[in-house]
Amino acid sequence: MAKGALIYRQKRATRVTHWIWAICLFFLLFSGLQIFNAYPSLHIGREAGFDYDNAALALGGVQNGDALQGVTRVLGHDFETTGVLGVSGGEVRGFPAALTMPSGQALATGRVIHFFFAWLLVGTLVVWLVASIVNGHIRALIPTLADLRRLPGDVADHVRLRFHHTRDYNVLQKFAYAGVLFVALPLMIATGLTMSPGFDAVAPWLLDLFGGRQTARTIHFVTMLALVGFFGVHMAMILLAGPLNEVRSIVTGWYRTDAGGEDDHAA
Amino acid sequence: MITRRNLLLGGAAAGLSGCTLLDGLTDDSGLRAFLQGAENLTMTAQRLIIGNSLAPEFTAADIRQGQHPNGSTGVDSDEYRAMRADGFASYSLQVTGLVERPLSIPYAQLTGLPARTQITRHDCVEGWSCIAKWMGVPLSVILDQARPLLNARFAVFNCFDAIEHGLGGDVLYYESIDMVDARHPQTILAWAMNDRALPVQNGAPLRLRVERQLGYKMAKYVRSIELVDSLAGIGAGRGSYWADRGYEWYAGI
Repeated sequence: MAKGALIYRQKRATRVTHWIWAICLFFLLFSGLQIFNAYPSLHIGREAGFDYDNAALALGGVQNGDALQGVTRVLGHDFETTGVLGVSGGEVRGFPAALTMPSGQALATGRVIHFFFAWLLVGTLVVWLVASIVNGHIRALIPTLADLRRLPGDVADHVRLRFHHTRDYNVLQKFAYAGVLFVALPLMIATGLTMSPGFDAVAPWLLDLFGGRQTARTIHFVTMLALVGFFGVHMAMILLAGPLNEVRSIVTGWYRTDAGGEDDHAA
Repeated sequence: MITRRNLLLGGAAAGLSGCTLLDGLTDDSGLRAFLQGAENLTMTAQRLIIGNSLAPEFTAADIRQGQHPNGSTGVDSDEYRAMRADGFASYSLQVTGLVERPLSIPYAQLTGLPARTQITRHDCVEGWSCIAKWMGVPLSVILDQARPLLNARFAVFNCFDAIEHGLGGDVLYYESIDMVDARHPQTILAWAMNDRALPVQNGAPLRLRVERQLGYKMAKYVRSIELVDSLAGIGAGRGSYWADRGYEWYAGI
């Protein structure tokens, strides 16, 4: 494809906040799995059922003869997951050492890491929101009517791995980024706060909104999975759309557009 | 594409090994102290908005199981066994330290004081929750009798249970709260749970309830309450068995 104009696509506030989020989410993910491992079950409702079963997910180990088997129970269905979930490294633990930070069992330290980066994430989101309202970046994320009309064509382009490089985000990008920034991350923060006994005294309506503290914990976990899924797609799109150009735009701000695009004329 | 795939796999591997990145953080260090500074931010932020608001209370229909016992579930000492044998009739709560009137309140007198009943959710730092009905005397009633001195800033709870059996002897559980939580209406010294005398596994004869914080703040098997102006002399200096082991002293999150 012929080269188009090099445009200044990402403002400094967008780039700096993007990388702080990347760092925060890295530490939040693995310290979060450390915290999860302290009680590797998820429940639906206000409390964790000990005398009754309201578990949505439970990771554990069962002794089978000489072997310790890892068992993952999802909505009542058991799966053997030895070596990864339930049992790994010869011991009973939810997620394996490779996925928890710190690697060994260290709930207190996991919490120290988690809450530090949770505060940093929230602070960065506030800075980003104010900056994006002021510099107009926020409009780039909101899908327009014209975007919705282009949606089928955009989906078809993505399926064929045919990517257009323009100043504006395409509609699937808008949905993905707006979904992360306006849905997933606020949901993470809100469900995280719902798990706080202190915050529950201030905002008990959060408990009603999410259906109880243990449901909030489950939603927090499921939203984590969605964010991990987003990360996977995000990386795949960067590789497929041209990693050097994509990474350059989020590091330096400069982005090479396709030849013959409107941006070519604008430049 | 193969190069790209290798790049991706390499990146993923670097990400995974990154989990050992902060393994050293389990020991005290400048970095840990810095990251743990977020605890002050949490406490300051929560205290700004929390006021005297109450932790959510539930109904009898929400009590679907017993209170899950955790931490110490009994006390292995002759003194405690003797008290337990007589239904804690020989137990007296000691109130000492920075007070005008040190107290020794016998069990029968404690249970006769004005009591508060609350059905609340107990949140363990591990992640689970359990709803139970607690009945006991508000700590503020005890404080009003003891009349804390003006310089009293913390209430320290010394307990009967040995949470740790070390070479240097047993470590008895200790915990502390400041006067904001000590004076909160839901902060009670519970002697009954789910309409029965407090079971041994849940902290008989007396356990603290601090409903806006996590479970480890709610000391079981309370022997005495000491009012102090500083936590420096308590345990390793952070005022709480678990805070001395890296957990937050303010456990509102």
